[in-house]
Amino acid sequence: MQRREGLAKLTGQERYVDDLPLEDFLWGMTVRSPAPRGRVTAVRFGKGVDWSQVVVVDAKDLPGPNVVKLIEEDQPVLAAGYVRHMHEPILLVAHRSRDEARRAAMAVEIVVEPETPVFDFRVTPVTNQIQYGADNVLKRLKIEKGDVATALKDAPVVVEGTYETGAQEHVYLENQSMIAWLDGDVLTVTGSLQCPYYVLAALKHTLARDESRLRVIHAPTGGGFGGKEEYPSHLALHASLLALKAGKPVKMIYDRSEDMAATTKRHPSLVHHRTGITKDGRLLAQEIDVVMDGGAYVTLSPGVLSRGIIHAAGPYACDNVRIDGRVMFTNAVPFGAFRGFGAPQTHFANERHMDVVARAIGMDPVELRQRNIIRDGQSTATGQVIRDGTDRGAVIDRALEMSRYRVKEREHTAFNASNDHTRRGMGIAVFHHGAGFTGSGEVYLKSCVRVAGLPDGRVEIQTANTEMGQGAFTIFIQIAAECLGLDPADVVVAPADTSKVPNSGPTVASRTSMVVGRLIERACGALQKRLGTTERTGRGSALKDAIVEWHRTHAGQALGAEAEYEPPPGVAWDDKTYRGDAYAAFAWGAYVAEVEVDLRTFTPRVLDFVAVQEIGKVLNDTLARGQVQGGVAQGIGWALMEECRWKDGGMINNQLTNYVIPTSDDLPPIRVEFLENPFSGGPQGAKGLGELPLDGPAPAVVNAIAAAMNNDPRVIPLTPERLMALA
Amino acid sequence: MDSVSVSFTLNGEPQGLTVPPAERLLGTPRYRVGLTGTKEGCGEGECGACTVHLDGLPVNSCLVLTAQVRGQSVETVESRKPDTLEPFLAGGATQCGACTPGVVMAASWILEHPELLRTHNTRELMAGNLCRCTGYDGIVDSVTAALTRNRRA
Ligand code: FES
Ligand code: FES
Repeated sequence: MQRREGLAKLTGQERYVDDLPLEDFLWGMTVRSPAPRGRVTAVRFGKGVDWSQVVVVDAKDLPGPNVVKLIEEDQPVLAAGYVRHMHEPILLVAHRSRDEARRAAMAVEIVVEPETPVFDFRVTPVTNQIQYGADNVLKRLKIEKGDVATALKDAPVVVEGTYETGAQEHVYLENQSMIAWLDGDVLTVTGSLQCPYYVLAALKHTLARDESRLRVIHAPTGGGFGGKEEYPSHLALHASLLALKAGKPVKMIYDRSEDMAATTKRHPSLVHHRTGITKDGRLLAQEIDVVMDGGAYVTLSPGVLSRGIIHAAGPYACDNVRIDGRVMFTNAVPFGAFRGFGAPQTHFANERHMDVVARAIGMDPVELRQRNIIRDGQSTATGQVIRDGTDRGAVIDRALEMSRYRVKEREHTAFNASNDHTRRGMGIAVFHHGAGFTGSGEVYLKSCVRVAGLPDGRVEIQTANTEMGQGAFTIFIQIAAECLGLDPADVVVAPADTSKVPNSGPTVASRTSMVVGRLIERACGALQKRLGTTERTGRGSALKDAIVEWHRTHAGQALGAEAEYEPPPGVAWDDKTYRGDAYAAFAWGAYVAEVEVDLRTFTPRVLDFVAVQEIGKVLNDTLARGQVQGGVAQGIGWALMEECRWKDGGMINNQLTNYVIPTSDDLPPIRVEFLENPFSGGPQGAKGLGELPLDGPAPAVVNAIAAAMNNDPRVIPLTPERLMALA
Repeated sequence: MDSVSVSFTLNGEPQGLTVPPAERLLGTPRYRVGLTGTKEGCGEGECGACTVHLDGLPVNSCLVLTAQVRGQSVETVESRKPDTLEPFLAGGATQCGACTPGVVMAASWILEHPELLRTHNTRELMAGNLCRCTGYDGIVDSVTAALTRNRRA
């Protein structure tokens, strides 16, 4: 099936937030902190602005608690007298004219009495830098399996390595956007966002309104990648506060530089590995220390750390593992969710380290991976016994075959020996990604989905999940059409509007197809039952007739059937000890990169990229392929060119001119292959896919560069400057 | 000078407008005419989301003043026929869609001038249009498919 809203997007008919017709409204703008830490001693409204025409909101205008509700309640909606990072919102202004609103925002002078900030998450803070708990640790987590100390002591070889990754900006092409207005007594917001019910919870808490007076409507969203998981709650609060005070609709659209400076990014990380291994390459012990930069507020950092450490030991079997993780407070703009959610960072370290270990024991890096790849019946670091029947060795083999890895290796040896200015190399990364919320997360979420029969016999899927480019709606339609034997044209998806759809959870964590898709299957079954039909009789035209007939006899009533999340049988997780089944299912990947480096400019170029993964079942080939290719492109950007530059904890290259992402000319065709081993807990056997493609590219590409140049890079982005410094 | 008058054609329709001198061509169809297909991604000529055709050539409309297009022909994504875009739908050229109108306008320039491919490849010609979703394969493959279809037609 082709993407449902595809033609609307191609013809420019799709209406994003800034495209919605709106009359008699104000433009909202944000006044932000000019300093990373300190007390706000003065707020001055400058000359040259007719302030009587400007609506101004500050922390005193909040009807409820000054906090954006998320995991912790530590982040203010508007800083009240004290700032903890650059660009922290302090005041909001609104004006009929966008230019005047901008002029007003710029005319406000904020005076901050500076205090000592902390910017380097890698070093222990000194006393006057402590701002969170006793040690600036926002969250600490630990995984322990077996006896690492003894195993390391007895190991014939111990190999250590430290690896570092930088921040990454999402660069969704549509910037953060939101409109808020009062519809009678119902405060309504519509925006570019991933999680309507997160926004609803934040509005409810801070605006002290009950849910009957709040409504959140998802607008078509021009990319999210995690960047619209948490931040839209802030923007929705800002727009709402202005709209409530002004008594008029307020529209807030960030421009690119504000979006890049003020919103979240991927957490920078520092990972240290100490690995005990036999001389012939059997893993005996993995001791891993993971530190991340959380920035000035907790945001989603505990979850990012959790997923990061759970994936930190890679898809390998090892009896003795200890992983210590912590996220540090710094006075940087807070870091947050970004596709992969901590796993790309720890996979980079682990897969780069596998090459370092292989080199140390004189073993082929592919062989080292094949030797240790987890086999059915063996367990992960959390003690989760893998029994999915996937042939993970075959995933690696297929990637080698498609990339002609061994042939290319030989060719490169000859090429490098006879070439003065260029070097070529192959690199591999093997990895896994858990789909859905970690541990008991899905149980707490209690996601609910409704499938409704419409009076004309069509079927409507009602979920809170959002289409942001990944193709969620198309997949939903396919799943329901398949279940009910309907033509996809007879299936529609309701807009994610909190006044109409049940809470099926956030659109994050590679959970939408797998978890919500499975709920749609079950809700379809419930609808058939409600109509007195069965899986066999309630299909196709018979089902449509039954729906029409039901409405004839129940005029004016709604026909719907719901399904609520139930954990798959036999899944057990202990949140306190971090032991057990971290995810209902893992997807498995092996990526191979072929890279060429120009020795005069130190510019690497990816010549070929092969991405092989086992994802249960491919629901839609074009969409699945697109997910992988797009994810790989983001991963290559993160590995080679996307560098956030900082001053006082704020990004200073906050423009697409100097924060560079890959163009079509920077990338080779990305060759994708799927292997299928259906997972009983997913719709038609599908597992989650969205984040997996971010895990492999960086280590594969950097390993290829290391092979080409015979060097040992440990830090990404591996810019030409960094590469030159290694020479 | 608070405003200037300017006449041009927009998707073939004559327009006579009075606009502030600093108004960008990106904003005129969007906010004055109600043609919101053209998108802003960066506002500084880097992303190509705002690509329109000016006398048949692709330009970044965020870098062009409306007052400059006097007498010229401006074409936005709304001028393109849906059936010509079928290969882009089948080929996975669009995901989130925010880059898509610009991509369609840049790609349609290649389709209208296949001779460009004698000196440049599609990846080079599309390098002015950033896409964060597709990894570009869907776009590049769609252009190739559309060229093949045009050749057959
Ligand atoms: S908005 Fe014009 S190039 Fe980005
Ligand atoms: S489709 Fe999302 S940026 Fe291109």
